[in-house]
Amino acid sequence: MRPSKSRGRFLALCLAPAVILYFLFMILPTLNVFRMSFFTRGAYSPKETFVGTENFQALFKDAKFITSMQNTILLIVTVTIITFFFAIVFAAILTREKLRGQNFFRIIFYIPNILSVVVIAGIFSAIYKPENGMLNSILSLLSGRTVMILWKDQPMVIVSIIIAMVWQAIGYYMVMYMASMAAVPATLYESSGLDGAGRLTQFFQLTLPLIWTNIRTTLTFFIISTINMAFLFVKAMVAKGMADVGLSFMYAQKDAGLYGYSMAAGVVIFLFSFLLSALVNWVTRREVLEM
Amino acid sequence: MTKEKKSISAETLYKIFVYVVLITLAVVIIVPVAWVFLASIKQNSEFYGNPWALPAGFYWQNFVDAWNAANMGSYMLNSVIVTALSLGLLLVVALPAAYCLARFRFPGRGFLNTCFMAGLFINVNYIVVPIFLMLRDGDVVLKKMLGSGFLMNNLVVLAVVYASTALPFTIYLLSGYFSTLPHDFEEAAYIDGATYSQAMIRIIFPMAQPSILTIILFNFLSFWNEYIISMTLMSSATGQKTLPVGLLNLMQAQQSSAEYGILYAGLVLVMLPTLILYMCVQKKLTQGMTVGGLKG
Repeated sequence: MRPSKSRGRFLALCLAPAVILYFLFMILPTLNVFRMSFFTRGAYSPKETFVGTENFQALFKDAKFITSMQNTILLIVTVTIITFFFAIVFAAILTREKLRGQNFFRIIFYIPNILSVVVIAGIFSAIYKPENGMLNSILSLLSGRTVMILWKDQPMVIVSIIIAMVWQAIGYYMVMYMASMAAVPATLYESSGLDGAGRLTQFFQLTLPLIWTNIRTTLTFFIISTINMAFLFVKAMVAKGMADVGLSFMYAQKDAGLYGYSMAAGVVIFLFSFLLSALVNWVTRREVLEM
Repeated sequence: MTKEKKSISAETLYKIFVYVVLITLAVVIIVPVAWVFLASIKQNSEFYGNPWALPAGFYWQNFVDAWNAANMGSYMLNSVIVTALSLGLLLVVALPAAYCLARFRFPGRGFLNTCFMAGLFINVNYIVVPIFLMLRDGDVVLKKMLGSGFLMNNLVVLAVVYASTALPFTIYLLSGYFSTLPHDFEEAAYIDGATYSQAMIRIIFPMAQPSILTIILFNFLSFWNEYIISMTLMSSATGQKTLPVGLLNLMQAQQSSAEYGILYAGLVLVMLPTLILYMCVQKKLTQGMTVGGLKG
């Protein structure tokens, strides 16, 4: 056997850098989020005063925070439903049918996912331009009169964010479900086809139940990621304070120098996302079908 | 006979419907991206007319202006430096750690594994404020001791933060791969007199090449496109910026000055590297995406 001293030294040398960096820039800041939510902190001096739950009490009376959480919930519900509906239906169509150019479509649908949110915000700002943007010009063409919708103003701004977020996410989830649907054996479809099951019956009785575990996991992750993506989109695409979501409210408080208050908002949003994903996980539980 | 004919035509109709739907979706995705490419070579006067008009000519001046006047050139250099540095650091730190966590039994291994797994659920958007405060406080201390701080507005520090936040996912992916390899590889190497580190670097790492490539791909995209951490830690108005943050500033400035050509040229400069990379490795990326299911 080799001497355990050199083994220990090797392990320490390999693990120490990762552990140190991980502790310094992930664990410590996470703990700080929770700790700081019970303190107030001077904008320029690192002096902190313990205030108990005062930050949280103020937060639940703050109309702006309530609105931003309502916006977050609205985005989670609409973006999730639209994205998942279309992703699953399109994936089912693409995997089951023998189509030409499947690979081509796959490549195209994945493109939004590799672009920076800043780029997507830039693209959609061009689409939403009121005077001669793409969207208004198409609507003008279809309706036969000049449409001048201010997409990035109230009340349309939330709709604009929803469209951009769905555009960004749909291809990624479609390709993902195509991968899991392709794993369903073709013989199952053949035998059910012989028994007289049509496409719709096959979709609901075979495809959906068999990939349910996958849908459930991705749904949970999608909800958490929507909270984050909504922040990225709002920050890049929408004028300051026009339509805040939870995390952009948190970031705005940081910009205002209210660090304790900002972190209290962070804690609330974090707990909210945690509870929500637990709830979704509970609601969507089904008996797992084996292929 | 007639019945069969009818069912064939229903089948054809369904196929046509499927194609129409797919092509519509493809058009909806590709047209806005292509539009930006075309708009980037339009002259400014062309932006007041019909948005669907093709560019009158190749107006390369937009790119020259974006590169020089709008500083996109130096932002691009910054982004290249930060992305390369953080990818290098990430690999140097994560590879040995993942290897040890996957293939050695030692006290505290289970605890460390759980810790890194828990990191998958920590999102940078929540912890960016404490990181910012920690670095700013550090700068204050450094200023007292040395006369100047260097933690804020520093590309190297930004790269270190990027690499650290990517550690949980990277270690999770790599140790998943390492734990599938049989132990015979190292044992044979030890018998031949190799040290632990020689066995790791010469035998195991070369075998992990496909996983390493996946990691580089996914992290390249996330580092190159990231802008919240970069915006927060590189907040000085005169200091260096990464490409997405520079573009964001340009977008905000453009709302008043209306120089659209430069803006769209800037957009092209940001997305071109990712698009080229994607075209080269798209197969790898769409296949590897099941492991990247933890995005967000």
